[in-house]
Amino acid sequence: MANFDLRINGKDYQVDVDPDTPILWVLRDHLQLLGTKYGCGVGQCGACTIHLDGVATRSCLLPVSGINKQKITTIEGLSETGNHPVQEAWVAHDVPQCGYCQSGQIMSAAALLKKNAKPTDEEIDLAMNGNICRCGTYLRVKAAIKTASGQD
Amino acid sequence: MTIIKTKYNRRSFLKVSTVAGGGMVLGFNWLTACTASAEEIMQMPEEWFTVNAFLKIGDNGVVTIMSPNPEIGQNVKTSMPMVVAEELDVDWDKVIVEQAPLDTEAFTRQVAGGSQSIRRGWNSLRMAGATARMMLLQAAAEQWQVPVSELTTEKGVIRHEATGNTLGYGEVASAAANMDVPEEVALKDPKDFTIIGTSRKNVDGKKIVTGAPLYGLDHYEEGMLFAMIAHAPAFGMKVGSFDDSAIKNMPGIKDVFVINTNPEGDERRMQTFAFPDMVAIVGNSTWEVMKAKKALEVSWETATAPESTSMHEAMMDEQLKQSKADPERRDGNPEAAFASAAKVIERTYSAPFLAHNPMEPMNFFADVSEESAKLVGPIQTPQSMRGMVAALTGLPEEKISVMMTRQGGGFGRRLYGHFGVEAALISQKVKAPVKLIYSREDDMTYGTYRPSYKVLYRAALDESNNLIAFQVKGTGTHGSPIFANRFPAGTVDNYLAESFSKPSNVSTGAWRAPRSNFIAFAEQSFLDEVAEEAGMDPIEFRLNLFDKAIDSPVGESNDYDAERYAGVLKLVREKSGWGQEMPGVHRGVSAYFCHNTYVAQVVDLVMENNKPVIQKVWCAVDCGIVINPDAARNQIEGGIVDGLGHGLFSSMTFEEGKPQHSNFNTYRLIRHAEAPKAIEVFFVDNGIDPTGLGEPSLPPVMAAFANALKKATGERITNQPFVREIEILG
Repeated sequence: MANFDLRINGKDYQVDVDPDTPILWVLRDHLQLLGTKYGCGVGQCGACTIHLDGVATRSCLLPVSGINKQKITTIEGLSETGNHPVQEAWVAHDVPQCGYCQSGQIMSAAALLKKNAKPTDEEIDLAMNGNICRCGTYLRVKAAIKTASGQD
Repeated sequence: MTIIKTKYNRRSFLKVSTVAGGGMVLGFNWLTACTASAEEIMQMPEEWFTVNAFLKIGDNGVVTIMSPNPEIGQNVKTSMPMVVAEELDVDWDKVIVEQAPLDTEAFTRQVAGGSQSIRRGWNSLRMAGATARMMLLQAAAEQWQVPVSELTTEKGVIRHEATGNTLGYGEVASAAANMDVPEEVALKDPKDFTIIGTSRKNVDGKKIVTGAPLYGLDHYEEGMLFAMIAHAPAFGMKVGSFDDSAIKNMPGIKDVFVINTNPEGDERRMQTFAFPDMVAIVGNSTWEVMKAKKALEVSWETATAPESTSMHEAMMDEQLKQSKADPERRDGNPEAAFASAAKVIERTYSAPFLAHNPMEPMNFFADVSEESAKLVGPIQTPQSMRGMVAALTGLPEEKISVMMTRQGGGFGRRLYGHFGVEAALISQKVKAPVKLIYSREDDMTYGTYRPSYKVLYRAALDESNNLIAFQVKGTGTHGSPIFANRFPAGTVDNYLAESFSKPSNVSTGAWRAPRSNFIAFAEQSFLDEVAEEAGMDPIEFRLNLFDKAIDSPVGESNDYDAERYAGVLKLVREKSGWGQEMPGVHRGVSAYFCHNTYVAQVVDLVMENNKPVIQKVWCAVDCGIVINPDAARNQIEGGIVDGLGHGLFSSMTFEEGKPQHSNFNTYRLIRHAEAPKAIEVFFVDNGIDPTGLGEPSLPPVMAAFANALKKATGERITNQPFVREIEILG
């Protein structure tokens, strides 16, 4: 066990955990930030996507000891009141079915739009291909990203 | 207007008003709610009055509607309360929805399965709303001393036309809750619906997109321990012995022991409870338990002979060479008709085992004491789970509560509540609240798979290309995929359906649209082959068969309404512009009826670099009245993507009993780039009582794809997953 200082959603936290504990489980078990989901544990499904200094990152493979001052953003910190353009577009298109993967989809989409304000269909496919939606809401995810980027 | 008997007895109602703390809650106006700025503060009532088990009304007119059935992504948590709200005649913006716990006294069939929640809930949901409305009317009538018949309602306001008097529901809720329950009530004429038939946003939508803790895995309680299980790595194996010396002193580890969820060795349960015994590891945090699990050494023993995919295939091939002395259905004289045929077409289709893979792995919370048990988590069949927990813990059912969380997908996987039983046994042993968590690998290798299937079709045409005989012979793991009385039974004079079943120690279960998920692909692919051989347009060919089923059906036990079946085909033909030349676009059609809903689809394919790309799926649906149109379209789109994804890419195979895939790195699921570019959905508007949408759009789509692919490439693909034979582009 060791102490780690983390900056998450603009707040400072200190946790006492094993150095190899993935950020996913630090968020969930130790900080009660439960919006980041466990799906596969091997970086294949994207349900655990967070932002590390604004870049979409799989938190299930990222040990807490691997964080070095980078700022973490989770779905809870993406916006103050759920009013990030991606979140609003998700509601407008009523994207979710079961909804479990959607935090990860939203975090990937928000990271995409940060570096590419008007992505094409192909760019959306490429950026989002690491996020599995078992319910098959892919068409709505794409439509919502188009809306969030002012392209519809 | 329909008058119905309410079927309520006085016991159904809790007539005491319950006092809840007043206060403010953030509500959302979903009518305009594309933006958070449309949020409004909903004033919570000082007092709630429970009118019946489905609803309570606040003194300020805010209504809480309980959603009885488990929510697995089929959106019943929105659509079921919409039906109650419609008959109650309340403003949807004033409705708060809550998930009901398991309550077999108050509700019937609290199950998510078979696309039946809406169909089977329709009457009771309407009755709950209409009965409450009538009690509110009676309370107002008493207060005003006027006949009930002079009163009308609109959006939660009762009006007396002659005097112009009005009363909000909240103002008479207290009196209404003490009214006698009417013995019969009037239901609305569907043409007067103002909520049903309008698109309403998912009631949990805002919570989902902000990461609110809605799911089973998000359930945390004070003092809760974390548990994982280690089950056998191969089917047919059980725990021999284990060495916990390496892990019991690992940080955070509390206990390691064996549990057995099937001590009686129940055969039926074994079909879905593949691993009756397993090692449980309990500790202080998920990661600590995960690490300990990896270090645990278990020696597994062989209980039954290990099986492999090659064995399964060979066994099914052998069965399809045999004939059944007692076929499931036999019309006319198929043998003679085949012998006299001008042409006989024959083809075998197959599909592999599939894992369900809901994105939220299996998990459950249990807090079992000597007197009672509390269970919380994702389960499609809470009543069945409670029964099993009672049997294995020795607690009476009435001392066991089950609360359903929102569920990160179901697809049939959560019909089998062994994980809740495991959580309960672990909690009972450690005498503490426990959350059991499956790793993705535990989940994918635990079984209850969609069975592997194989089916042989034969069709006979006469000199004039009339279909004179039809034969279907099928087998699958733990059961045949055949529905002997479904189309084209009833349309062919000489018909034979034979079913075989392949035993296995690999456990199988219901997987989204059980059996239909495969047989629709086989049947609708084969019918295209027959149409092609007969030189007919595939839609025209099918419609001719339906004409026969309408005019002079063969047999009396045909499981479909030929007019509605033909209706969706005609609708998709019209909407897709079937028959028009579209250069470079190859089209395939398919239609299927299952779970009480009719679906027809046209797939448009284009070839890019010799690889198929799905340009568009056109989909016509007859599910009767559509409760929530946009959400209904979402279900249909999802079913199409799911059907294509699994037919194209997914499969589970076995070597020496061991599942050959345990995570998404090798078990392939459809991803963004591979989804169709567009899906357009058309509903038949016929006012018939509604049926479900969770499953019916999935089964036909792989045949529409296969039929389009045949046009594009000349190749007929008959074995799923197609990825073994073609590459598909996004």
